[in-house]
Amino acid sequence: MSDFMRLEHVTRTFGGGALSTKPPIVAVDDVSLSINEDEPKITTIAGESGSGKTTLARLLMGTITPSFGSMYYRGKDFTKLSRKDSWNFKQEVQSIYQDPFGSYNPFYKVDHVLETPINRFKLATSRQAKNTMIEDALAMVGLQPGDTLGRFPHQLSGGQRQRVMVARALLIKPRLILADEPVSMVDASLRATILDSIRRLNREIGISVVYITHDLTTALQISDNILVMYRGSVVESGAVERVILEPKHPYTQLLIESIPQPDPDNKWGDEPPTARFEDFDTMFGCKFADRCPHVMDICAEEHPPQFHLEQHRQAQCYLYRDEAKVMDDPDLATIFQDRRAELNV
Amino acid sequence: MARVASARNLTMRTRVRLARRRFGVFYQERIEPIFSYGRRNPSLIVGLGMLGALLFFTVIGMLVYGRTEPHIAGRAQDSRLDAYVSGGAPVQDKRLPPSWCTWCEDIVELEADEKPSLFQYPMGTDTQSRDLFATNLRGIPLTLGTGLIAGLLSVGIGTITAFVAAYYRGVPDVLIRLLTDVGISIPGLLILIIIRIQLGTELVWWQLGAGLAAVGWVFSSRTVRSQVLVLREQPYVEIARQSGMSGLAIIFREMMPNLIPYITASFVASVAGSILASIGLEALGLGDFSSPSLGMTVYWVIQFGAITLGMWWWWLFPLVFIVIIFVSLFLISAGLDEWSNPRLRRQA
Amino acid sequence: MVTTEQDTRLDVASNDDEYALRVEELQVYYGTPRGLVKAVDGVSFNLRQGERFALVGESGSGKSTLAMAIMRLTREPGHIAGGHIYLGDRDLVEMEEKEIRSIRLSEMALVPQGAMNSLNPVMRVGEQIIDGIMDHVPSGEGAPNRTALNTRIHDLLVRVGLDPTVARLHPHELSGGMKQRVAMAIAISLNPHIIVADEPTSALDVVVQRQIMQTLGRLQEGLDAAVLLVGHDMGLVAQFADTIGVMYAGKLVEVGSVPDVFKDPKHPYTKLLIQSLPSFDISRQFVGIPGMQPALLNLPPGCAFNPRCPSVHERCFREVPEYLNLDVGRGVACHLFDEEATN
Repeated sequence: MSDFMRLEHVTRTFGGGALSTKPPIVAVDDVSLSINEDEPKITTIAGESGSGKTTLARLLMGTITPSFGSMYYRGKDFTKLSRKDSWNFKQEVQSIYQDPFGSYNPFYKVDHVLETPINRFKLATSRQAKNTMIEDALAMVGLQPGDTLGRFPHQLSGGQRQRVMVARALLIKPRLILADEPVSMVDASLRATILDSIRRLNREIGISVVYITHDLTTALQISDNILVMYRGSVVESGAVERVILEPKHPYTQLLIESIPQPDPDNKWGDEPPTARFEDFDTMFGCKFADRCPHVMDICAEEHPPQFHLEQHRQAQCYLYRDEAKVMDDPDLATIFQDRRAELNV
Repeated sequence: MARVASARNLTMRTRVRLARRRFGVFYQERIEPIFSYGRRNPSLIVGLGMLGALLFFTVIGMLVYGRTEPHIAGRAQDSRLDAYVSGGAPVQDKRLPPSWCTWCEDIVELEADEKPSLFQYPMGTDTQSRDLFATNLRGIPLTLGTGLIAGLLSVGIGTITAFVAAYYRGVPDVLIRLLTDVGISIPGLLILIIIRIQLGTELVWWQLGAGLAAVGWVFSSRTVRSQVLVLREQPYVEIARQSGMSGLAIIFREMMPNLIPYITASFVASVAGSILASIGLEALGLGDFSSPSLGMTVYWVIQFGAITLGMWWWWLFPLVFIVIIFVSLFLISAGLDEWSNPRLRRQA
Repeated sequence: MVTTEQDTRLDVASNDDEYALRVEELQVYYGTPRGLVKAVDGVSFNLRQGERFALVGESGSGKSTLAMAIMRLTREPGHIAGGHIYLGDRDLVEMEEKEIRSIRLSEMALVPQGAMNSLNPVMRVGEQIIDGIMDHVPSGEGAPNRTALNTRIHDLLVRVGLDPTVARLHPHELSGGMKQRVAMAIAISLNPHIIVADEPTSALDVVVQRQIMQTLGRLQEGLDAAVLLVGHDMGLVAQFADTIGVMYAGKLVEVGSVPDVFKDPKHPYTKLLIQSLPSFDISRQFVGIPGMQPALLNLPPGCAFNPRCPSVHERCFREVPEYLNLDVGRGVACHLFDEEATN
């Protein structure tokens, strides 16, 4: 196993310093996850706002460090990386952000985001090679260099801007791309092409992709595996079709049932209860217990472990304590499916 | 390679044409928007125009007045401008109203041969026979200069500290924030008065400017820091970091260009504040007594009771210049505010 | 001609009283430096008492402008250029600002888009609810006392699913969903019989969105009020509304009951809108609607949808299709149905 990134029992809290009267907010609570380089997959991190999905992504991106637990980059402790390793890490992890306009410095032309990484990482030896690289990358995401280069970001459409960001990632050829809601601010008609180019990065170039979203339909379309987060915990994870089409954890069930289906014959059930404990961090036990329709005594006492339900799925829920074993290795990636074999890639 | 070789073989004419075209593109992309923006932002244009007119008036006045005039007070080498500092107009101990003011009554009886010509003393003279036109001409650049020095230093120190604090965070941030918070809550004028009294010496204009910057940078630092905090959270800053740019490169290439409006606005505000403070200090008698700055004129006006003496020309003209300076700076800063406020800007 | 068309449009209702709201040929125009933008251009529809009517369309289709015009909240440079909005037998378009103020909240209330920005950040939630009520009750003699008001706030907060202690909090202490609930409490504080909800759940998570919509539905049933829901999410419409009106480029292109429209959409735009909905069906390829909505300043001649329409024919480039009644409460503005409607 060659793990590109590995998080071991990582917890990240915000606030709650020595002078603060409020308890810290636990954004990510005891998550173990690795990103494997040899089997590049597309992994979705799904959840509502405040579920910790973006914090988990920022941990993987190295922009924040864990409060507890450890983080390794190619087997080395992330907090003690050498200069060279830090530099390599910088190049090997790239991100695509939600707001395709904010990713551009309004002061510069679009070329700036494509040329800077080539210059800084010395990806091309001559000016000629640089231009060819840029043109090839743009062609791969379906853009004409003439339509995009030499323009200011506001002169491009949202879809074009986001595709240029994918082209940028393509130039750098990182090992891991974090796509944080890359299509939520793009017109619906352009989403498919952007998601498709992200999928090509994975399938054709072998880049691992972490796709952060609250939109489970696109998650199902492009990813192999999914983590469903609720208040910092990964309540359910595994193969994407299994989790979305047959959710096991009551929260995942509520989440999927609440997606408004455009079908007048398939209406919502009763109104679900709202969360009762706002300061959930001081709470013991399962974080969903206050809203769970199947709540049991044990749920309020102890945080549920990761029950290994089937080959490619785990859920943190006591409903399955009789039928399933607790995962031996807490690393969520150990139960991920590798779809490349079946897809013949 | 081919392109470079061919570029060497170009004729002069083609080169000129190419350069012209390049300038044309540059003009269209960078210069023309400035003009079209000016039409939408009249306060900036009016403010700059007022300040420009004041400077123009001063420069022209100094050129005209700066010529050596041998007849003045028998000091052949002095220009009329310098006559102020060295001790007065030819008519000793006479308080003259502006000489074009034919309806003004002379405060002191003049002999027939002492009658000044029509534009000899356009702003009259004071009780010590100083030519007030020369005084004001010298005073305007001195006062503006004090403000400029203070503004440049404040913004310079403010920007550097703001970047150190907001970009690198940590201990320097805490220290700088503590310093600025304390600096903002304690009145700077008070500190300056104490320093001035302790020093005992008179401060010349640039020293006064530097002193004002020493207490005024905290405001610039505060403004710029908040903007750096906003900018460093922008996705493009993170993208730049992921593109391998170093911290300094990110500060200068990614953040600085977008901060220029804020820094400029902060600079203008700082100049205005420093001028106000300098006039205040000078009016209190803490300025340079040999300096003819506008603030010192105000001091003399108070000292000699110009208002009770009915010498309106003594206080009115410096007051008009001070008002022009403040109104123009206010208009400029209002205009820059519109420029630097992205929400207003996008609408425009 | 106009009268006959109206007669058919008034379908089941024999007299006007059965409609809570009737909108007739409403036009809302915006004067811009580049020309007159017809944001709403001749829209007519009726809202029955207790009906849930949803207006859907892309951004820029005029749906929010229409909702604001019905509340008479159109801001400069926009203005109502023509048409009528009948609340019972009173025409809101003709009304003075003072009369409108007395009708807002007491007879028709708005649940605004993004409640986070509609609440006053420095006032406690309870005071904001009182503020709305006090605008509409006589001051002096008949004014309700403090106890009565407190009971009322308690009751309203419970009805929208909030803890009564929320009254003492400031808006920043609430989550997005809670703020939207407070906005609903203010909207229902005087028992209006029309609730206009302008994208009430935009920027909320799916579970919260569901809770808010279900609460709104519960309140609406309790008051027997009519709801005009403005939105772009067809899923939400299918879950919530009885009747749907599809807007495109300032015009209503299709109206019908939700089951009818979802099962058998008539207008090609509605068809594409329904086909392009995301679903969990992995085998299905994602389809978008080709092209973009035209700029309102520069509409193509004929039908505004003609550049994107898969069933476009020669007539669509010449004539603007009229709104045709196909059945009771069902209509479409498309040349494909010209013959069907005349038969």
